[in-house]
Amino acid sequence: MYPEDLKYTETHEWIRVDKDIGTVGITDFAVEELTDIVYVELPSAGGKVIKGSSFGTIESVKAVSDLNSPVSGEVLEVNEELSRKPEIITQDPYSKGWMIKIKIEDLTELDTLMDAEKYKEWVEKEEEH
Amino acid sequence: MIPYIPNTKEDQKRMLEEIGVESIDDLFESIPKNLWLKTENNLPSSLSEMELINKMRELSKKNVSLDEYVSFLGAGSYDHFIPAVVNHLSARSEFYTSYTPYQAEASQGTLQAIYEYQSLISQLFKMDVSNASLYDGATALAEAVILAHNVNHRQKVLLAKTIHPEYRQVITTYIEKTLGLSVVEIGYKDGITDLAKLRERIDEDTSCVVVQNPNFFGCLEEVNEIEEIAHKSGSLYIVSVDPVSLGLLIPPGEYNADVAVGEGQALGNHLNFGGPYLGIFTCKKEFLRKMPGRIVGETTDKKGERGFVLALQTREQHIRREKATSNICTNHNLNALRAAVYLTALGEEGLRKVANLCLQKGHYAARRICQIPGFELVFTGPFFKEFSVKCPISPDKINKLLWESKIIGGFDLGKFYPELEDSLLLCVTEKRTREEIDKLILSLEKMI
Repeated sequence: MYPEDLKYTETHEWIRVDKDIGTVGITDFAVEELTDIVYVELPSAGGKVIKGSSFGTIESVKAVSDLNSPVSGEVLEVNEELSRKPEIITQDPYSKGWMIKIKIEDLTELDTLMDAEKYKEWVEKEEEH
Repeated sequence: MIPYIPNTKEDQKRMLEEIGVESIDDLFESIPKNLWLKTENNLPSSLSEMELINKMRELSKKNVSLDEYVSFLGAGSYDHFIPAVVNHLSARSEFYTSYTPYQAEASQGTLQAIYEYQSLISQLFKMDVSNASLYDGATALAEAVILAHNVNHRQKVLLAKTIHPEYRQVITTYIEKTLGLSVVEIGYKDGITDLAKLRERIDEDTSCVVVQNPNFFGCLEEVNEIEEIAHKSGSLYIVSVDPVSLGLLIPPGEYNADVAVGEGQALGNHLNFGGPYLGIFTCKKEFLRKMPGRIVGETTDKKGERGFVLALQTREQHIRREKATSNICTNHNLNALRAAVYLTALGEEGLRKVANLCLQKGHYAARRICQIPGFELVFTGPFFKEFSVKCPISPDKINKLLWESKIIGGFDLGKFYPELEDSLLLCVTEKRTREEIDKLILSLEKMI
């Protein structure tokens, strides 16, 4: 449910790192909490994102939520398909449902994120509430 | 009168005891003492119902009525004819007393009426989507500017100086302090936005270019040229229009406006002492999720039958709190209903006739006024139902003299434009008869 090779945020985004490029999406848990996703709003390539700040929004039939960036950097690529087919996020959150690719400014920021095991504990704690 | 909300000494004592304070004054402890009213409220004693009615009737005699006075005053509020069917339908208690339609199952009539309103406005403006309405033209325009900033995150707002001066004040109030955006006003030349100045001031940080058409002086802006300039720098193009003018003029959707708003009072709403009015708000489909206010959507119920619901509520304040698209998640429903009934009663042909009559009568009045020695049009370009006239005597004095003949004169442009201190903005709607216009001419002639 939470792939080992990813890093996670407390607000349920994941990042897959390849050298200094990070691919970002939302976790299976986030998808379940949101229920039916109807719309996703992403930034344009070339823009800046800041760790912990909103880079876009995701809208479900229940609510509109912010998408928070796990790291700071420049947006290199955006998954344009999601604007037409947001259901891809529900079907495949860790692969085809990726949202943006970021050129990571400071790799040490990754150390503040959780690994799969820690994130699993975090989710279990959230579910208790 | 009968105290409909009884609040006896005994009640007060029990309530104070319950919450554990000594006196009513204790409830206001947190307000600094120097702000407290030191004297007693100087209010007269209460009246009986009959005395009250007489009193109110006396007071209301201080108002003048448009049944008695003839108005040539526009400048944002317009005296158009309202067919009886508008009053009749909008005063039905099903509409008149209904609460906000949160419960779709109990509000199909109201929801359908809003849906019809949205459809009519989208058609009239030739824009993709209309919301259920906002408070008035000024706040609708301010919300449009906020939308532009939310779309492109740019910081500069270019406002044509030919936009209603009070609308510009509202925009500045809305955005300068709270969002920190900077407002730059673009001057005019011969009554319309100076395109050279616009080209000079627009840049990569310009969030939007905002114009009004017909503008405050009544003149028609070069809407196509402005569109080109705005979009070339990637700015949004926002236009405020008079919906009645769309009976004749090209609608904003056809000159590629991104957001088009307007004051909808002219559509079947009385002058209402300046409010409540009707904020029309339309935009391109791509900005739908940034649009302020509520939207009614069509859907099917579980039996597969057509029905209506509030749509896209997740953007709104009662769900998204401080991150909502706007602070407004209600609308001016009765005013919108009146606009919908008005537009339906007139139809395309009817609205075209109204607009054409405004145009013809306006031009007749302008021509006649300019034949009086000393009077001339301030600007040379085309206009719709309003026009600016340079006067040989002070506009204030003209208005006072006209008032004596039960004519409400024009708007004194010097109030907001010092360079136009000798000019009057006059308005002629389809309601003005030839006799009324001739009476105005005669009164002006007598002043010279």
